[in-house]
Amino acid sequence: MSALKDAALSWLEERLPLRSAMEFASHKRVPVHRGDVFYYAGGVCMFLFLLQVATGILLLMYYRVGSDASYESVRYISAKVPFGWLMRSVHSWGANLMVLFIFIHMFSVYFMKAFRKPRELTWLTGCGLLGLAMALGFSGYLLPWNELAFFATKVGTDILGQVPLVGHWLLRLVRGGDEVTGATLSRFFGLHVAVLPALTALGIGAHLLLVQVQGMAHEHEARRTMPFFPDFLVRDVALWLLVLNLVGVLAVFFPWEVGRKADALGSAPAGIKPEWYFLAQYQFLKLLPGRVGMVPGELLGIVALNGVGVWWLLTPFWDAAVPERRRDAVVRWAGLGAITLLTVMTVWGHLS
Amino acid sequence: MKRRTFLNLAIVSGLAGTASALLYPVLRYLLPPEEAEAEPETVKAGPEKDFAPGSSKILKFGRKPVIVIRDLAGGFHALSATCTHLDCIVQYRKDRDLVWCACHNGNYDLSGKNVSGPPPRPLDRFEVKLVGSEVTVLRAA
Repeated sequence: MSALKDAALSWLEERLPLRSAMEFASHKRVPVHRGDVFYYAGGVCMFLFLLQVATGILLLMYYRVGSDASYESVRYISAKVPFGWLMRSVHSWGANLMVLFIFIHMFSVYFMKAFRKPRELTWLTGCGLLGLAMALGFSGYLLPWNELAFFATKVGTDILGQVPLVGHWLLRLVRGGDEVTGATLSRFFGLHVAVLPALTALGIGAHLLLVQVQGMAHEHEARRTMPFFPDFLVRDVALWLLVLNLVGVLAVFFPWEVGRKADALGSAPAGIKPEWYFLAQYQFLKLLPGRVGMVPGELLGIVALNGVGVWWLLTPFWDAAVPERRRDAVVRWAGLGAITLLTVMTVWGHLS
Repeated sequence: MKRRTFLNLAIVSGLAGTASALLYPVLRYLLPPEEAEAEPETVKAGPEKDFAPGSSKILKFGRKPVIVIRDLAGGFHALSATCTHLDCIVQYRKDRDLVWCACHNGNYDLSGKNVSGPPPRPLDRFEVKLVGSEVTVLRAA
């Protein structure tokens, strides 16, 4: 048996350098310390992305796109197709958990200062992946064509329309017309099932390549390390299994509702709110008055929100510009400030 | 001009030309054609008896939604139903006798004036006339 295995391996080895890849993996080590549990967050994000791809493909078997078909097909999936409710709920919960784990991963990288030179590109690709995850969430949210989705899309795309000079052009590009209609649904569908997943897969590839090339941050300062393969990977996979169970439990006990069908002549229902990961921005936009001096409030709000996003994206660069003795403190307080603000605005948005 | 400079220039401009010849149709394809706006002068909203005091109805005026309100005193108002903040569709709140947008808590009075919350502008006004017993909405003069 083992002779057969060796023969098969050497046949492969001559065509694909598997042993050298395993050799490379065997040298990779992961620091062991008090905060090392956060190292697993990135892997969970990737696992959840794969789960989204799998359930997304399954949903595609029954989903139909169009303002007269989407809502009906989602209801059909949830009510008639065996385990359709499960696939849909796993997809919805998986999406929410993926965004949550991206936030956990991002903030842990931030507080471990693992974005510093030479890992600026890893940080930038990671931020890009967060943007893609939120775009996936936003575009997928419209696909059931229900009331909440309809208004979320109206508001979200109208924000694009506020961009000076090219706003109207962008709005028509995204909506496929002046209003949110079946044309918007078609575009969001194409983005959600083809463009954004492809970009995300490429982004994950680049992100992982950078991690492999540079190794773990603080690997050489750590007093103890463990081999990535198999020790760390086994723990990774065990956690993925736990997360899969968590998604399953959430999907069974808190299945996602289909809601009411979108109606272009219906008023926005009372209590309408975006998904939790847009609540902070939503609450901020709600607080701004119609005009601040000469500037429309919503324009000011959108500029401010984008400014905060760019500031966060550029973390490795402003961090490098801070004098070294104050650098750690500045990063820590800026991060704590960001988490506090985000949490307060999200909770406030949820309660108000 | 040196031969090398000339050739580099020719290659770069050739590539740029090819790229724009490919990109222009794609970009134009992605931008939907402008549709001519249907611009009716009047739209019928239904018989007067359908509007109890303190009720409202949203109807299409061309492609835009318009909200027709009968206030508690029995007067009719017609306003654009699209919130001037971020494009949601407003509703009439009988309990407060004003127009409210659920998305970001914007409020307008029955003349369409933005009275509180984030809306930056008033709602456009339309005229309401009774033609016989039919409630008719007209483009404001």
